[in-house]
Amino acid sequence: MNWNVLLFQVFPYVALALLVIVSFQRMRGKPFSVSSLSSQLLERKLLFFGSIPFHWGILIILLGHLLAVLVPQGLLWWNAVPIRLFLLEITGLALALWTLGGLLVLLYRRLSNRRILAVTRPSDVIVLLLLLVSVVTGVLTAVLYRYGSYWFPSVFTPYLWSILTLRPRPELVADLPFWIQLHVFNFWVLLALFPFTRLIHIITVPLGYLWRPWQLVIWVRKHRRSAVPAAARPSAQPQTAEKGGAYGTD
Amino acid sequence: MNVRAHVSMTFHLDKCIGCHTCSVACKNLWTDRKGTEYMWWNNVETRPGTGYPTGWEDQERFKGGWEKKNGRLELKLHSRARGLANLFFNPALPEIDDYYEPFTFDYQHLFNAPESDDQPVARPISMITGEPMNIAAGPNWDDDLGGSNLYAQNDPNWAGVSPEIQAQMAEIERVAFNYLPRICNHCLNPACVAACPSGAIYKRAEDGVVLVNENKCKGWRMCVAACPYKKVYYNWATGKSEKCILCFPRLETGQAPACFHSCVGRIRYLGVILYDADQIATAAHADTKDLVQAQLNAILDPFDPTVIAAAKENGLGDDWIQAAQASPVYKFVKVWKLALPLHPEYRTMAMLFYIPPLSPIVSSIEEGLVRLELPPEKIDFELFNHLEKARLPLEYLANLFAAGNVEVVKPILRKLLAVRIYKRRQSVEGHMDEATLRLVEAAGTTPEEIEAIYQLTAKPTLAERFVVPPYHREMAVEVWNDPLAHKGETGVGFIELPVRGD
Repeated sequence: MNWNVLLFQVFPYVALALLVIVSFQRMRGKPFSVSSLSSQLLERKLLFFGSIPFHWGILIILLGHLLAVLVPQGLLWWNAVPIRLFLLEITGLALALWTLGGLLVLLYRRLSNRRILAVTRPSDVIVLLLLLVSVVTGVLTAVLYRYGSYWFPSVFTPYLWSILTLRPRPELVADLPFWIQLHVFNFWVLLALFPFTRLIHIITVPLGYLWRPWQLVIWVRKHRRSAVPAAARPSAQPQTAEKGGAYGTD
Repeated sequence: MNVRAHVSMTFHLDKCIGCHTCSVACKNLWTDRKGTEYMWWNNVETRPGTGYPTGWEDQERFKGGWEKKNGRLELKLHSRARGLANLFFNPALPEIDDYYEPFTFDYQHLFNAPESDDQPVARPISMITGEPMNIAAGPNWDDDLGGSNLYAQNDPNWAGVSPEIQAQMAEIERVAFNYLPRICNHCLNPACVAACPSGAIYKRAEDGVVLVNENKCKGWRMCVAACPYKKVYYNWATGKSEKCILCFPRLETGQAPACFHSCVGRIRYLGVILYDADQIATAAHADTKDLVQAQLNAILDPFDPTVIAAAKENGLGDDWIQAAQASPVYKFVKVWKLALPLHPEYRTMAMLFYIPPLSPIVSSIEEGLVRLELPPEKIDFELFNHLEKARLPLEYLANLFAAGNVEVVKPILRKLLAVRIYKRRQSVEGHMDEATLRLVEAAGTTPEEIEAIYQLTAKPTLAERFVVPPYHREMAVEVWNDPLAHKGETGVGFIELPVRGD
C-alpha cells in the first residue's frame, strides 16, 4: 500500500464511516451535546464580521463544489464561453477571500477575547485551523492552477464518484500538485472529525421551520390515557379524538 | 369549544415588598450551574425603571412578541425564511452585558493573603472568565431606583404620560415606585415557541407550562430574542436555551413553585383556569384596546355545565375541574376582574396576571399638590374621585398592564380603593356610613364581594393561595415504565454531563 492509496482511498472510507456511524450515534444517543455552540451572547461585534462572511461564503462555495460533482456537464457547458468561465472563477475567488476574511476574524476573536476563551475548547480551535487550511489551499489552487472549474469535472468528479460508488480510483489524484492534494486530504480530515466536533451542527440546520406550525402543544400524557385501561384512569372519561396538538395562527 | 386547563398565576403587586426572596429561592434551586449564573428565571424589578435585562421592553431593539401586519399575526423578530437566514448572527439578541456579567468574590484571598500592612480584600471575580473585574451592573442594579432618577426616566412605559408629570415623578419628594416580580408568563400564544427553528420549545397541553426540550435545542437562540419578556436565556456554557419551568417537578408532587412558596409578602396565587383553545387565535388578533377583554373571554367559567362537559370530553378529570373552581386566579382575574396580564400588546397572551398597585400613600390631592389639612374622613375619598391624579400615573400603569388603555386599569384601582376604604371604615370607625356605601356602589362592587376580596388578599391560607391540581404522577410512572423492571433506578436527571459540546 502506498501513500496515495492510504491517504486517498483508505482514509476517505474511514472518514465516511466515522461521519455516518458516529454522527448517527451522537444524534441519537447524546442529543444534548449537539448544539451550534453560539457565543454571540458573550461577544457580538466581531462575530458579525466573522460569522456572516464565513458561513455564507463557505455555504455558497460548498454548493458550487456539489454542483460540479452532481452536474459536471452543466459546468462544462457554462465554461464553454470564456467570459462565463472568467465570471465563475472571479466570483468563486471573491467568495473564497470573503470567507477567508471571516474565518480570520473568527480565529482572532476566539483567541483574543477573554470571554470567548472561557468557552473555547481545543476542538474549537482545531476546527477553525482545519477550515483555514481548506480555504487557503482552495484559494492557492484557484490562483496557481487555473482554471479549477475547468478541470474539476474531469479530475474530481470521477474521483469522488469512484469513492462513493465503492470503486475507488485514488490514482486520479496521485499526480496532482501538493496544494490540491492537501485541499482534498483536508476535506477528508474534516469529514472524519465532523461527528466529534461542533461541525455536527451542520446537519441540524432546521429547514423544517419553513413549514411547521407556529405553536407546538404537546399532550404529555396522551400515551398514558390510551395505554391505561379506561377503568383504571384517574378520571374514567370516554376517550374522544385527540384535540389540539397544535394550532396555527398564521 | 376546546377546553384545556392551565396552571396560571396571579401576583398582587400591592403586597410585594421587593425582598427578592423569590429570586433567591429560584436561583438556589435551578440556576446556580455554570452558564446560568446570569439568569434570573424569577426577578424583581423596581417600576418605573429599566428592568432586567436593561430595557427589555424596548421591542424596537429586541424585537420580541407578535405584530399585526395587514390583519395577520407575525413574529416581530422574523419571518420563517428570515429566521433561517439569521441563524449565523441574530441581530436582535441581547448581549451578556445587557443582563450583567456574573461575578463572585475572591473570598479565599481573605485567608490566603500574605502578611502585609494592608487589610486583604475579596476582589470581585468574573464568573465567565474567572478574572478580576469591575462590577458595572447586576440583576437588581436599579433596585429602589438605585439612587438615581436615570433608571426611572428611561422606562419605556412613560409613553403618553405628560412631561410635567414625568418631571414631577423625578422630584425626590414625589418619587413613587412599586415592585414588579417577573417569571415566565407561560403564554397562550408564546413567541418563543413560534421562533424556535428546531421546534424545541413546546407548551404542555395538560397544564400550559412552556418548556425547552434541551435535547432538541440546537442553540439557534431565536427564542431569547423573540420572547418579549426576555424570559428565555441562553446558557453560554452548554450552548442551550433555558427558561422558567414553573417548577413542574414541584407542581407534579403537589407543591407550589419555589418562588411562590417562598414569597414573604404572600403576593402570589396559583391555580387552574380553564380556557378555550379555539379562541386563542381570535384573542391574539384583537384590536389593541380590546386585547385584555379578548383574553378574558377565552377564559371559561368552571361552574358552567357546558364548559364542564367540554372539559371532560377533552379528558380533564373531576379533580382538575374542582381545582379550577377553587382557583384563586380565576377569582381575581375573571370573577372580580382585578388582575391584568403584563404588556398584552405583545399579543403572546401572558397567563401570569398582575393586580396593579395602588399609589403608595393615599393622600389628598389638589391640582397635583398634596394637601394635608383635609380632615381624615375626606382624605380617602379624594383619591377615589381623582384617580387621574394618583402618584403613580394611570397612563403608566395602563402602559404596563393594558396596552395603554386607561379605562381597563381605572375600574380595578377604584375597586381596590373601595376595598381599602370600606375595610378601614369597618375596622377603624367600627361602623359603616352612607358615603362609603355609595362609594362601594360607585366602584361597581358589593360589601359581600369586598369581604371575599379582602379575605383572599389579606388573610388567605396556603391552601387558598396555591390550589395545585392533582397531577397523578403515580399513574404516569406505571404506564411509562414497569415499576418492577425499573426498581432500583433513581433520578431522572442528566445521564451525561451538561458540558459544552462534544
